[in-house]
Amino acid sequence: MTTKIQARDGSEPSNEVPVAPEILRILESSAFAELRARRRRFSAILTVLMLVIYYGFIVAIAFAPQWLAIPIDGVITLGIPLGLGVILSAIVLTGIYVRRANGEFDALTAQAIRSARP
Amino acid sequence: MIRPILRTLAATALLAPPASYAAALEGQAVKQPLNITAILMFLAFVAATLGITYWAARRTQSRADFYTAGGGITGFQNGLAIAGDYMSAASFLGISALVFGSGFDGLIYSIGFLVGWPVIMFLIAERLRNLGKFTFADVASYRLDQLAIRKLAAAGTLITVAFYLIAQMVGAGQLIKLLFGLDYQLAVVLVGVLMIVYVTFGGMLATTWVQIIKAMLLLGGASFMAFMVMRHVGFSVEALFEQATAVHKDGLAIMAPGKLVKDPVSAISLGLALMFGTAGLPHILMRFFTVKNAVEARKSVFYATGFIGYFYILTFIIGFGAIVLVGTNGFYLDAANPQGGLRGGSNMAAIHLAHAVGGDVFLGFISAVAFATILAVVAGLTLSGATAVSNDLYAHVFKRGKANERDEIRVSKIATVALGILAILLGIAFEKQNVAFMVGLAFAIAASANFPILLLSMVWRGLSTRGALLGGSLGLVSAVSLTVLGPAVWVKVLGHDSPIFPYDAPALFSMSIAFIGCWLGSVTDRSARARIEKARYVEQLVRAETGYGATGASGH
Repeated sequence: MTTKIQARDGSEPSNEVPVAPEILRILESSAFAELRARRRRFSAILTVLMLVIYYGFIVAIAFAPQWLAIPIDGVITLGIPLGLGVILSAIVLTGIYVRRANGEFDALTAQAIRSARP
Repeated sequence: MIRPILRTLAATALLAPPASYAAALEGQAVKQPLNITAILMFLAFVAATLGITYWAARRTQSRADFYTAGGGITGFQNGLAIAGDYMSAASFLGISALVFGSGFDGLIYSIGFLVGWPVIMFLIAERLRNLGKFTFADVASYRLDQLAIRKLAAAGTLITVAFYLIAQMVGAGQLIKLLFGLDYQLAVVLVGVLMIVYVTFGGMLATTWVQIIKAMLLLGGASFMAFMVMRHVGFSVEALFEQATAVHKDGLAIMAPGKLVKDPVSAISLGLALMFGTAGLPHILMRFFTVKNAVEARKSVFYATGFIGYFYILTFIIGFGAIVLVGTNGFYLDAANPQGGLRGGSNMAAIHLAHAVGGDVFLGFISAVAFATILAVVAGLTLSGATAVSNDLYAHVFKRGKANERDEIRVSKIATVALGILAILLGIAFEKQNVAFMVGLAFAIAASANFPILLLSMVWRGLSTRGALLGGSLGLVSAVSLTVLGPAVWVKVLGHDSPIFPYDAPALFSMSIAFIGCWLGSVTDRSARARIEKARYVEQLVRAETGYGATGASGH
């Protein structure tokens, strides 16, 4: 048995594509809406953060190389910790994502899948 | 007999080095005396990997086994294998050479290569695993027209793989001449034959384990070198930098950005190619289907990012260590060259450092690892190309999804052998050519043709087949033509005076063209098919987000 899809998020309704009822039940569950909203927001924030860090570094190299050449400790310049910092931030940001996804998002996913049953 | 070897080696890791750097990266690949230790160690690696291939062959029965090792690779193993795919011989030799030559600038390149990984994690990794089975075309064609999208995706895959393979094969031939003292042709044939054996008999399982072993050897070897460098300077970072700036001809200038970044447009365009090209490389994307589920896919990216980041920090220490230990030792310098420079060329910095800290045996070890690295990378590339031929073109386009499993496996093995032979022939044909632009081009095509349709098919309901075809093909054509008209090909290969397109990296433009093409082709598409494709997004969305109904791991 299939049900015609009813658009619930403002998109044009379609009567041409049947959607399985369990898919619709997941789609309409509060856990799914919650998962989607939270994960989308979290991914967007982290992506923007990574882009800002990386392109901030690139723009500094292009426009203010002398700033990166400022010595901070003996011969070590500001650019060295900043560059290594970009590498570490990439690792840390993926780590932060995995941490939240392993707990919160996986729990919500399991909950959403459970709602597939009638 | 001047060969653009170091341009080649650099190219396989570094995207078409800016003109100011090209000179520093050029050199002669003079055949070195036979290096018996290195050859013996390499033979040991070959013996071990052939053993693995034998073991893997007995476990590779089904189509899922061949393409994705039955989905039985763990997140940690896959993270190592991904890191292995990414840590090419050239990124090891090329980036440490760049640090050796100009210090800080080497760091800029390695950072560009790393930052694509978090973005893959946040935007595509989990969805990709939930929606796909064997290739990224499975995902892109999930709700779109199978025939049209698979043809486009297969074209994008094969073109990306071809350019990447040529660069690797030429790099392998040059490297073996330098490190082992063997002939170019012999090296190319050896790489081609071994890779055909790994892939046809052992499929993805053998390819993955070859990659894992190589990644561990490379990380272990590089860690040892970095440790010995730090021991030499009393484990003081400050002492390392002080000694390096004291002996380097550019002195304190190596601690700050130099001439690598010419202008902001080039820098941003290169950054985009590195970042999103990684997310469109078929042999990398395929690795996400070798794990059980989205959870393992997520772990893979985390481990891969960690290993790759750690590796780049090691190359930075190795480069500075080479300034201190190699650059000051007359034994490693080229006596015949009035300008100084390293024996064997500037890309030898890490190799000479291996000798300086570990003697002949360790030199042999690092040389063998460098060669094993190329071998592992070409095996992965070939498998992804063969899968595009057998799964996308044969099974879905030619047989309309009704291929018999045994026939499909046979086609993929034939495709592997054909690609292997083609790689050998191209490797020999391009021996004396300047192939520096090819890896850059592979990344640009991956970022402009593969990535946009993959991403939009997953996150934008509005994408229709017509939009994907328009955007994907415009991205492909613009990436190729802007590269040809740019300085890397128009001036350096074709010998014209000035480029028609001023930038080395076209990604900023070709990616924009691709995304605009996808959008324009989709919003103007009023066909019934487009309406159905948009309506089917709902089902895809649920599966992408939750994994509900996703292909289980092992088929048996």
